[in-house]
Amino acid sequence: MAPETLTVTASIEHLDQAISFIEERADQFGLEPKKKFGLLIAVEEAFVNVCHYAYPASTGEVSLSCSSDSTDFVVELVDQGGHFDVLSLPVPDTSADIMDRQIGGLGVHFIRTLTDDVRYRREEGRNILRMSVNITRDPQHVS
Amino acid sequence: MDIQTRKEAKASVLTLSGRMDAVTAPAFEATVRQLIESGSVSFVVDFQRVEYISSAGLRALLATAKLQKNSGGQIRLAAITGSVKEVFDISGFGSIFQMHDTTENALAALA
Repeated sequence: MAPETLTVTASIEHLDQAISFIEERADQFGLEPKKKFGLLIAVEEAFVNVCHYAYPASTGEVSLSCSSDSTDFVVELVDQGGHFDVLSLPVPDTSADIMDRQIGGLGVHFIRTLTDDVRYRREEGRNILRMSVNITRDPQHVS
Repeated sequence: MDIQTRKEAKASVLTLSGRMDAVTAPAFEATVRQLIESGSVSFVVDFQRVEYISSAGLRALLATAKLQKNSGGQIRLAAITGSVKEVFDISGFGSIFQMHDTTENALAALA
């Protein structure tokens, strides 16, 4: 699939629109529900992260691009905020007692755990987070 | 996300449906705060119709649990299955909340 892109203001009120955009394309490619569900959570975590941290003193945009090849469905999130690699955050202690639990980093834990591959790169003043899952096609639709 | 609330003898029951994400989780937290202010002590949260939960949803649950701990009440979660359960498992939240198969069982467990 040729890349398709949605660009919105980096604001939580656009979360539903962003998730719907990804979900429609994931459905078109027959991503199995479990993979799709995991990817949507990862996209939400990355999107919300951009909304909260990319543009501390102003508003800015975030772009979501979907593409795919024969094996992978790929989502890229792009913002023009300061250099920030979400993958540099430490892994949370998921065994901590409820009262001591630090939530920070749980989002990136989901991004890592619920996708098959995730990579960060800085390119021309933009942060680009690339998340991908393997496509598992419905056997009934295999020609 | 839709939130239905009802009072039972031992707890307020919150039945959630839809998506518990960064947009909808604040409404859950606000509902619990209102219930606490109006005298509710313990809660059962029914997840049977929840399709989706993100870390924002978990964050709201954790905030609620902390409020509960201060007031001496309990919070129990019911009917967490499928993809939602997977999120609880990978986050470690599955081991810090008391979970039950059904709301009825959760209510019965509140002594």
